[in-house]
Amino acid sequence: MRVVTLKINGQEMSGRDDEDILHVAREHDIEIPTLCQLDGISEWGGCRLCLVEIEGSAKLSAACVTKVSEGMVVNTESERLAGYRKTIVEMLFTEGNHVCSVCVSNNNCELQDMSSDLKIDHISLPYRYPLRTVDASHDLFIFDANRCILCTRCVRVCDEAEGAHTWDIAGRGIQSQLVSDLHQPWGESTSCTSCGKCVEACPTGAIFEKGKAAGEMVKDAKFLVYLAEMKAEKS
Amino acid sequence: MMIDRKINQQISSPEELANVAAEQLAWQAQYQHRVFVCMGTACQSVQSGAVLTALQAEIKSKARENECLVSPGGCQGNCASAPLVSVPEQDLLYQKVQLSDAEEIIEALAGKPVGRLLCDNKSDFFTMQNRVVTNHRGLLNPESIEDYIAAGGFSALLKALTDFTPEAVVQELQKSGLRGRGGAGYPTGLKWSTVAKTRAEQRYVICNADEGDPGAFMNRSVLEDYPFRVLEGMAIAAYAVGASKGYVYVRAEYPLAVERVTKAIRNAEKHGLLGNKIGSMSFDFQVEIRLGAGAFVCGEETALISSIEGGKGLPCPRPPYPAESGLWGMPTLINNVETFANVVPIISGGAEKYATIGTPTSKGTKTFALSGSIMNTGLVEVPLGTSLRKMIFDIGGGVPDGHKFKAVQTGGPAGGCIPEEHLDATIDYETLMELGSFMGSGGMIVMDDSSCMVDVAKFFMQFCAAESCGKCVPCRVGTAHMHDMLDRITKGEGTMEELGQLESLCDVVKFTSLCGLGQGAPNPVLSTLRFFKGEYLAHIVGHTCPAGVCAPVGQDIRRPTCAL
Repeated sequence: MRVVTLKINGQEMSGRDDEDILHVAREHDIEIPTLCQLDGISEWGGCRLCLVEIEGSAKLSAACVTKVSEGMVVNTESERLAGYRKTIVEMLFTEGNHVCSVCVSNNNCELQDMSSDLKIDHISLPYRYPLRTVDASHDLFIFDANRCILCTRCVRVCDEAEGAHTWDIAGRGIQSQLVSDLHQPWGESTSCTSCGKCVEACPTGAIFEKGKAAGEMVKDAKFLVYLAEMKAEKS
Repeated sequence: MMIDRKINQQISSPEELANVAAEQLAWQAQYQHRVFVCMGTACQSVQSGAVLTALQAEIKSKARENECLVSPGGCQGNCASAPLVSVPEQDLLYQKVQLSDAEEIIEALAGKPVGRLLCDNKSDFFTMQNRVVTNHRGLLNPESIEDYIAAGGFSALLKALTDFTPEAVVQELQKSGLRGRGGAGYPTGLKWSTVAKTRAEQRYVICNADEGDPGAFMNRSVLEDYPFRVLEGMAIAAYAVGASKGYVYVRAEYPLAVERVTKAIRNAEKHGLLGNKIGSMSFDFQVEIRLGAGAFVCGEETALISSIEGGKGLPCPRPPYPAESGLWGMPTLINNVETFANVVPIISGGAEKYATIGTPTSKGTKTFALSGSIMNTGLVEVPLGTSLRKMIFDIGGGVPDGHKFKAVQTGGPAGGCIPEEHLDATIDYETLMELGSFMGSGGMIVMDDSSCMVDVAKFFMQFCAAESCGKCVPCRVGTAHMHDMLDRITKGEGTMEELGQLESLCDVVKFTSLCGLGQGAPNPVLSTLRFFKGEYLAHIVGHTCPAGVCAPVGQDIRRPTCAL
């Protein structure tokens, strides 16, 4: 491990060479948007919202999976990046069926916050209105596929923090869908421990507690960091 | 009747190898006449196996077993004329051979050729090629290690093991200027030296044979015809980078290639040319075969590695590159089939000789699969730097049925369509990139005036959307949107505003997608927009399809409205 100095948005800062750009930036109050990254579980690099420009590289890099290096010059904000981020969030809105006013996570939703941060006031792409189902077979929780953005935070938290691996993605491309066990109703899952970690990890109202009405579902996944730290100490 | 000679000995030195080769050559020389029947996939699909049996039976019935030898052979290239039978001593190639032709062909061995079956093997298709990877031109039994050794096989491996240090092999590769034949053209020597310089207990060599581009069958053919050469190339690579374990990742859709590679591994191991203590030296290299389950994205190296590990074929962000952290987290050298096949001529003939072929930045030859609207459909190999015009009109024989050439699509779903005005461009990594296309693995689809370029773009987009793994948002959702937009344009429902939106989506998907599949997916749209924008406008503004694909020429492409 080495300590390196780098520049993000013109600001000089230091970091360890095993840290990624996203975390070093965050430490210095530079927020880079992301929806699939969650502290306490592994990085995924799938939402592409944290793409940043690195001087000397023609390609954009995902800040969550790119390690900092000596002399690196990073730019996290530009007109081009803002445009890309907007379109990506628009894509997520058109891919599922997101109706904030009736959603349990209204006002407590990372997708909603993201769109307001990115100043998205309308969707220019055509909505796809996919036919998706709601799985309310579990005693305590509900999975509403209409609100799922396939960030796989639930998949990773269930696999890595709980060790159950109840969730996974079936299918590919636009047909991808979140499934429990071998594509069985969640309530019939034999691997699910009903721990509820996926509920807290889910950035939208896709996975929520039964009995919550519109706007009532508040999530908090900060405990995952402590869990991960304790696990690391043990091993 | 003895149609095959099998040796049963371990080969542990270049001298022993030379002896085996000499014995095999002597055995071959006792036959006055030799005939090869192509047993490639295209020829087998039109019963070349039955032709082989018929020819062998004919020899037996005429009691000429001691003077004639009919062997299975490899691909001649002009697959459109299958099944093909060659008679090397007369320099003859018979095409579209039927079972009933067997008697005549055998009779003609000593005399006048069977005129009605003759294929002109002095035509441009044959003479303008430069075969380095496919140098045996089908005149080698692909399943016989003895024949391969007789043709000089495995001498490059033993030469490397005895005369070269691993560093010297890497240097030789760097001098040769060989670039990755999988498409991106990364310098092979540089990749090898990166893997060799890592500090690790274990390194791996992987042969990427997950050829999945529409219209591409070069790797299949090379694997089917030269399984030993690919393995030899892998073994040399393993020696150079310090790997002891290798995998051939081949798609299950290539059953013949799978069969031949599996047999070749077993055969080479039996003779001490793969496995433990190769050539009686302290160099071990075990090779296993892994089958792809049909996902196109598994041709992407990180997805391929995940698939070998038993996971879902999902790409991972790079860096770290596989050269640093690949299979099971270990440094991994991953090269295309053709790249490995090129290693053998580089080591045996020397890097300087190899580097004389091609252009200053693109050295060597490249195999291409010519298909689409072209006279000579098949497999060809040309020096890099050959012009597209020579490729399509001289070697390919031009466009059939009085149609007019319109475009050539190279590089698979991440490639582009090159129009007539750029036909004099040369085939090399840089030029194709400048034209908005891509070398790719070597698929070359020729299109004539009966192809609608919007429809072509839609086809490739449909392919990418169906093959997107779904991990990253721009590729998963963007390709679906782009496909829908192209679909609306072909139905006359597109608007100019939507065309602008399509262009900006192309930009987003190209620059924000995680792996090469998404980054390349917009290319067919971008290149058709660059060269054939008029066709898009004809669909959007004029509601007509100039090629007559979306609706007959002159008719409105919009769905008829109900009269009620």
